[in-house]
Amino acid sequence: MSADIAHELIREVEEEHPDAWTRARVRILLALGPLTSLAGIAWAVLQPWRLTLLHPHAQGLYWLLAEPPLYVVLVGILFRLVLAPGIVADLEEPG
Amino acid sequence: MIVAGLEPRAEFVHWWFATGFLILGLLLLSEALVGPEIWGRRPWRRYLWPGFMFAMGVLMWPVSTFFTNSTIHMVAHGMWAQVLMLAGAAELGVARGKLHSQYWRLTSALGLAASGAALLLHEQNHWLFARAAFLHHTLGWTVLVAAVFPLAQALRPRSLTASLGFATTFVVIAVLLYCDRDVAPIFGHLSFYAGVPHR
Repeated sequence: MSADIAHELIREVEEEHPDAWTRARVRILLALGPLTSLAGIAWAVLQPWRLTLLHPHAQGLYWLLAEPPLYVVLVGILFRLVLAPGIVADLEEPG
Repeated sequence: MIVAGLEPRAEFVHWWFATGFLILGLLLLSEALVGPEIWGRRPWRRYLWPGFMFAMGVLMWPVSTFFTNSTIHMVAHGMWAQVLMLAGAAELGVARGKLHSQYWRLTSALGLAASGAALLLHEQNHWLFARAAFLHHTLGWTVLVAAVFPLAQALRPRSLTASLGFATTFVVIAVLLYCDRDVAPIFGHLSFYAGVPHR
């Protein structure tokens, strides 16, 4: 068996069965965004008065802009949709 | 006075910056998990967190300029603006390939150490005076101790513990800043001199 064929076989095996560490990293990367959003949702449930959009009457502009639980949810969603897929694709792609 | 009328409450600004630190933390966590080689496969990604850190430094200047209720607060915010810009600019230089030494990460260590010291020095009330005082003390010690992570990265750039610690520091900063309120009790304590609490 030539070195090229052996190398190709190893590469195929690696592609089909990425090692446990890579799989774990992929899972963590894909979970980071949802976990962040979940933390924001939990905050919103625990302190609903922080979301002035739920009761916007007579709120000032800054109180309407400052929705910290929503910020956390949005950061998680954006990370999961915009960044995580590309990072995971690069991680799974053999070097 | 017009500016004072338009100024957002300090807690709002802290929450906006908390969001910035949360984004920084997530970016750094991702880079720590995949390593700099995979992180850098898409060139734009290399500039992401250093650029973000630099931009946060720039945005800290208006805070320093407009929130002038005390000189020491103004000086502390000005200093945070400078160290954020310094660390961000150094990392941008490394990402661009203009700077090569691993020791540029020391700018982040310097930034965290100086920020921690400034937080501790500019809080003149005791821990349980009010929530803001408690958070200043907690943030100060957290950031001061966390300076060890970028220091370790400068010495051992491939250390996973150091890079995860550095990333986690920003997530912790974000959580602590989200906890900030202008006037609120901490563990049931609120000094009579702190003012009237609101929601």
